[in-house]
Amino acid sequence: MRAFAELLDRLVLTPQRNAKIKLMADYFRNAPDPDRGYALAAIAGTLTLKTVKPHVLRQLVLERLDEVLFRYSYDYIGDLAETISLVWERQAGGETAQQDLSLGAVMHQLEMAGRANVHGLVRNLLDQLEGSSRFAFLKLITGGLRIGVSARLVKQALADMGNVDITEIETLWHGLSPPYTALFRWLDGKSDKPELDMPAVFHAVMLATPVADSDLATLDPKAFVAEWKWDGIRVQLANLAGTRRLYSRSGDDISGAFPDILEAADFEGIIDGELLVGGTMRTNRATRTFSDLQQRLNRKTVTRKMLEEYPAFIRGYDLLFSGRRDIRQESFLTRRAELSALIDKAAPSHFDLSPLVPFSSWEELDRLRADPPDPVVEGIMLKRLDSPYTAGRSKGPWFKWKREPYNVDAVLMYAQRGHGKRSSYYSDFTFGVWTQSDGRDGLVPVGKAYFGFTDAEMEVLDRYVRNNTVERFGPVRAIRAEPDHGFVVEVAFEGINFSTRHKSGVAMRFPRISRLRTDKLPRDADRLETLLAMIGQQGADMEEIGNQFNR
Amino acid sequence: MKPETLLYPTPKGLYCEKGGFYIDPVQPVEKALITHGHADHARAGHTHVLATRETLDIMRIRYGDAFCVSSQAVVLGARTGIGDVTASFHPAGHVLGSAQIAVEADGTRIVVSGDYKRRRDPTCAAFEPVPCDVFITEATFGLPVFHHPDDRGEVAKLLTSLRQFPERAHLIGAYALGKAQRIIALLREAGYDQPIFIHGALARLCDYYEERGIGLGDIRPATQDVQDRQSFAGAVVIGPPAAFADKWARRFPDPVAIFASGWMLVRQRAKQRGVELPMIISDHCDWTELTETIREINPAQVWVTHGREEALVRWCELEGIAARPLHLVGYDDEGE
Repeated sequence: MRAFAELLDRLVLTPQRNAKIKLMADYFRNAPDPDRGYALAAIAGTLTLKTVKPHVLRQLVLERLDEVLFRYSYDYIGDLAETISLVWERQAGGETAQQDLSLGAVMHQLEMAGRANVHGLVRNLLDQLEGSSRFAFLKLITGGLRIGVSARLVKQALADMGNVDITEIETLWHGLSPPYTALFRWLDGKSDKPELDMPAVFHAVMLATPVADSDLATLDPKAFVAEWKWDGIRVQLANLAGTRRLYSRSGDDISGAFPDILEAADFEGIIDGELLVGGTMRTNRATRTFSDLQQRLNRKTVTRKMLEEYPAFIRGYDLLFSGRRDIRQESFLTRRAELSALIDKAAPSHFDLSPLVPFSSWEELDRLRADPPDPVVEGIMLKRLDSPYTAGRSKGPWFKWKREPYNVDAVLMYAQRGHGKRSSYYSDFTFGVWTQSDGRDGLVPVGKAYFGFTDAEMEVLDRYVRNNTVERFGPVRAIRAEPDHGFVVEVAFEGINFSTRHKSGVAMRFPRISRLRTDKLPRDADRLETLLAMIGQQGADMEEIGNQFNR
Repeated sequence: MKPETLLYPTPKGLYCEKGGFYIDPVQPVEKALITHGHADHARAGHTHVLATRETLDIMRIRYGDAFCVSSQAVVLGARTGIGDVTASFHPAGHVLGSAQIAVEADGTRIVVSGDYKRRRDPTCAAFEPVPCDVFITEATFGLPVFHHPDDRGEVAKLLTSLRQFPERAHLIGAYALGKAQRIIALLREAGYDQPIFIHGALARLCDYYEERGIGLGDIRPATQDVQDRQSFAGAVVIGPPAAFADKWARRFPDPVAIFASGWMLVRQRAKQRGVELPMIISDHCDWTELTETIREINPAQVWVTHGREEALVRWCELEGIAARPLHLVGYDDEGE
């Protein structure tokens, strides 16, 4: 348990992706089975455990600790599991742990315990574990493990450990279950790749590379089709031999949050498409924005009300399996024809076909890209007519050509130091725009950004922050920002929406600092009204779309 | 005599009227007894200072020869008469030269612990319990949550990281007096024999530890050519915690941010500071050591100063020991 607990402690505090991968891969190499399998499950979120309610833990700790002392401790730490892990003391005269109890043994004991014994078992395990291990154990049984590692990252660590391609792990992933002994045996080089008996597994998706002007000059428009790039999330829907699954593009199983889509998928095959909220084109209702889609994301289950208010559907891009037949080697046009036939017969409320965008030259397509007919379009996809469906991102067959971002000029208001390589730089910024309040003009924060600038620009920003700090709040520095003295930056972002969570009432999507405007004074920066008008513009687009579809 | 009249808190610090002196005063006074060399306890500007030889040397290193008008070095365990009271210094185990101060008059003895710890520390003399009527204890880590783990395990975490990330500099933030030298000594005990690089602020204190016979091995200044960033790859660099937020830290390749402090037990604290590898190593007692020390000394009364007084006072009440908080101001626990 100690090695697992140490891994968790380090992962939580390690900001760098590569360092996280290294920590996990090293752990998987050194830990025994089944410990590493349970650890993998805990990190990837596939572990199912009996959970223990907080009040049970509180009772246990109060058996040994004065209530007032416990309250002081809890107030100070602020997290129940962490508080208990820290204040827990073995009963006087109780046996001290002779050796490190393994994660596998802990899992086994939890599995074997009946409901009635949980109390005694948890007490007993807390006595046998030490500091960090107690914390890891409590987080596991309260279901509160947050370690900031995506399923994708842990799969990358597995790939590194076994020196295999990540797509192999992604394909196997949903056919395997904890404690993943067959997987590790294969990664250790001690057996062949595990055979799967679950058919609806995830197949690594095909990705596009950004297109540059220099690329276009060399490409023949006649060899490509164009498609809108819809602003939802890329998904893979599999229905094979009676098993239905919905996967995100990195292979996370998100079926639980989308029962409406799974239920409607009455065809056999594997579709690649965009998950969106709103109505399909076949029902003549408008596609809704990404912020509406967000209401449905990152949930394990979904309420009836959510299903009604935020109906989800899939806009089909591609077909990987037609029935049980793997057609990934066929050309894009052949696959698309099969996809089109399949969607024709599928439920109109939950499936439609991503329309092609006819064009004859790159210039014409560029004009369409600049002014798409739907606000939920974020650009254009270019796909070679003859491209097979290949896993991963290789340059050539598919390109993405995003629409230009929105821009505003904003004033830096607060700064914080970054992490890792940037820990000695002020590189996380809060920026604001002007607005009228109480009859006076003032800056209101509208977003945060910590990238978009070059290393050289970061030096400039850092120096400015250090020389123009007017106040400190813990790690945060307030920066001098007056009409004639301050730092203006151009902020680029992908979209903007109303938000009740922010003081300004707006929230930007994907904001970054695209240029330092040392040529401008803060008084020249944009006003909140400009941002509100951008939302209005998006709304107007939306209405127009609705009308178009209704016509 | 009543202990409350022998020693009592004033805005300048703990005052002994009968002897006319203060202990660890926070403002300049005529006569000061100093427990140890940390800046919040040992300030410059007093007229007469009484302390251990090491504490006086450390004050001289930090403030220059003019840190006081006259000083007197005391020998541990020896009794010194000051006015109508007798004072004696006893090892506190906190940092080199640190002492508890026992003040005695008319058959009443109060022990001012200063900062203290009970763990083995290769860089200073171990704490010695002194029987007394009133024990004045610090409470920096006076909450049941604080259980400092074994130092060796914390050093092992660092050594593991050095093996895992040989391309990264390992930057340890550690208080310049005591903590830094203890970390170095612990690393040497664990068999780490590579050069250790130090920030300029540590140099004179490290030299002084060496002079006093505490071997620190191959110590080098972390001030090499900026051209030669890679020479710090896989190296251990120690500096005061504040230096790591500073531009100074940029000379190191892809640094791992490490902080050696008792506060690192609290995960949120490590996270907020951007610490990647917390080393829970403290020069203060943890909760168990505080409570066991009080039991061992078994004083008639416990007075609790700087830190989380209320929890330790509550514990004393539950144990049937008379206790009260002293509410002294001016002592800082953040550097720990």
